[in-house]
Amino acid sequence: MAECATECVIELRNLWTVFGPQVVHRDISLCVQRGEILSLVGGSGSGKSTMLRQMLALERPTRGDVLVFGHSLISGDPAELRRLRNRWGVLFQEGALYSALSVFENVATPLRELKALDEGLIRDLVILKLEMVGIEAKHAEKMPSALSGGMIKRIGLARALALEPELLFLDEPTAGLDPDRSESFVTLIAEIRRELGLTVVMVTHDLDTLVSLSDRVAVLADQQIVAIGSVRQIAGAAHQFITNFFQGERGKRALEAIKDMGVGAPVAATPPTTQGH
Amino acid sequence: MSTATTHLPGSATPAWIPPDLRVAPERDGTATVMVVGAWNLRSLEPMMAGMVARLAQTPRGAHWDLSGVTRLDHAGAMMLWRVWGYQRVANLTLRAEHEIIFTHLKLVSAKPVEAVTRDRFAFVVAVGAQVLSLWEHVVGVVRLLGAVTLNFFEMLRHPSRIPWKEISANVYRTGTQALGITALVGFLVGIVLSYLTGQQLKTFGADIFIVNLLGVAIIRELGPVLAAILIAGRSGSAMTAQLGVMRVTEEIDAMAVMGIPHTLRLVLPKMLALAIAMPLVVLWTNAIALLGGMVAAQIELGLGMRYFLSALPEAVPVANLWLGLAKGVVFGVLIALLACHYGLRIEPNTESLGAGTTRSVVAAITTVIVVDAIFAVMFSHVGVG
Repeated sequence: MAECATECVIELRNLWTVFGPQVVHRDISLCVQRGEILSLVGGSGSGKSTMLRQMLALERPTRGDVLVFGHSLISGDPAELRRLRNRWGVLFQEGALYSALSVFENVATPLRELKALDEGLIRDLVILKLEMVGIEAKHAEKMPSALSGGMIKRIGLARALALEPELLFLDEPTAGLDPDRSESFVTLIAEIRRELGLTVVMVTHDLDTLVSLSDRVAVLADQQIVAIGSVRQIAGAAHQFITNFFQGERGKRALEAIKDMGVGAPVAATPPTTQGH
Repeated sequence: MSTATTHLPGSATPAWIPPDLRVAPERDGTATVMVVGAWNLRSLEPMMAGMVARLAQTPRGAHWDLSGVTRLDHAGAMMLWRVWGYQRVANLTLRAEHEIIFTHLKLVSAKPVEAVTRDRFAFVVAVGAQVLSLWEHVVGVVRLLGAVTLNFFEMLRHPSRIPWKEISANVYRTGTQALGITALVGFLVGIVLSYLTGQQLKTFGADIFIVNLLGVAIIRELGPVLAAILIAGRSGSAMTAQLGVMRVTEEIDAMAVMGIPHTLRLVLPKMLALAIAMPLVVLWTNAIALLGGMVAAQIELGLGMRYFLSALPEAVPVANLWLGLAKGVVFGVLIALLACHYGLRIEPNTESLGAGTTRSVVAAITTVIVVDAIFAVMFSHVGVG
């Protein structure tokens, strides 16, 4: 991998993951730059979910180091890790809302855990986050079991944004949503990311999501990152997985769409904004 | 604190300035509030309470100058927004890049949280709801029992449909695997009972009546009830949880779609299995508890085990054993029925799963004891004397 020219929010250094006899990651290095949306793609079992979990310090790599905001997740002390965890938000695939808590309580939980905010401020912030993801206040008292999949994802996003993170992880953000909902959710993520200047790491299978959100795509195959770059650069790469992924009917259609609109370039070219000086 | 400060956001990007608030009085009597520094959640968090208090003391109608704010997020902006009374103050200097945050804040208004009105009849309503819920449970159990009974007769007509595998698996899980714990509890209860009654009998010189006491108590009452309570806690909860998870994962719906009645495949085998396994577990608990009693009797009273065993059939009419085993069958069916009833009512969330399992065990144990009392009254003339 080339040296990181800009600042890395997440950095993987010579990462190895070995499960028994099976090597999942072989000497992977990766740099997620501030302000970009990086997508991880790869076939089932290619280790992209494992990699995401390693970035979240939910799993440890066999060898190598994971640095987030310049702090090692492997050798850092637990207090440091706790502070880091308040600086990122995660949207899990199934939302992972606490089923015993109402929508309001779900979003309020991370804020309450800070033990620093008074109830009035928490209430206002929760309502703000819910409004931002398009959930009306009247749904706030509902229980997660009474909600549709699309709403659960939105509320999961609101909860991920509760602590004003700088870094957002999305695990299959549009899986299980119908095309219409999926599109509006993608628009929502793009909007929020632009307005809040977030760095986003996303795992996705969905081509439309991939094409419309990613600044860069990292393709995991054969235990390594076989290609990394903008969607267009990636689509041209000559790797078996990539050809299958993009040259299928769906892939072609998705690529057609970006050629027509000329997306990709302007988004990637925009320097990260809203960084206070 | 100082070490934490160095790690705060902004250590990577330009210098991080701690959030602060300055009030500068102007000549014309108004004031300017200067908000400076990193005005975001992570920077404000350590000084939140103090900052809220300082914000509350800012003069009304002041000019707010936010041009010194290096970072701003929703939490920081919301603190200001609340002081401003959920609206933009007239006199505001703002950096262009922070404009967007304040457009978001317009989504939140000062809607007061609706006050919860206290119902004067809340207690009556709660009691009524409890009674109705109890009634609903009774109806539900009777319905389930009816469905299972129909399945049972249908199964007898078509013996090929008997779910042998499920029955045998359930007998193994609820019976064989429960032998250890029932033996341990039975043995200890036998020892304690024998030791305590032995002491009392010794003072009356009525040592040999320990055979009657232990025999009737264990075979007629303690064996079946002990076994039922243990099985309810052990297997009843497991059955409820299993059915509950199957409800959550829509497995029960999948069975219904395939035309497999879940009462036939899931509930009936469990009830039959417990009807078979429970009397056997009762017999086993009886034997071990009597063994414990004999051991304690030998130590405490010097009563030989051979004598104990030979006197037992004389002292305890065999009807007591049949009664105990019959209780075992009834308890087994009840435990399985209640466990399945609660399992099938679990809703797809974690709390419901926990609450359902607890309720299932509590209901099963309560019912077992109530039914045991009914047995005691109904068969008061059987097996005595």
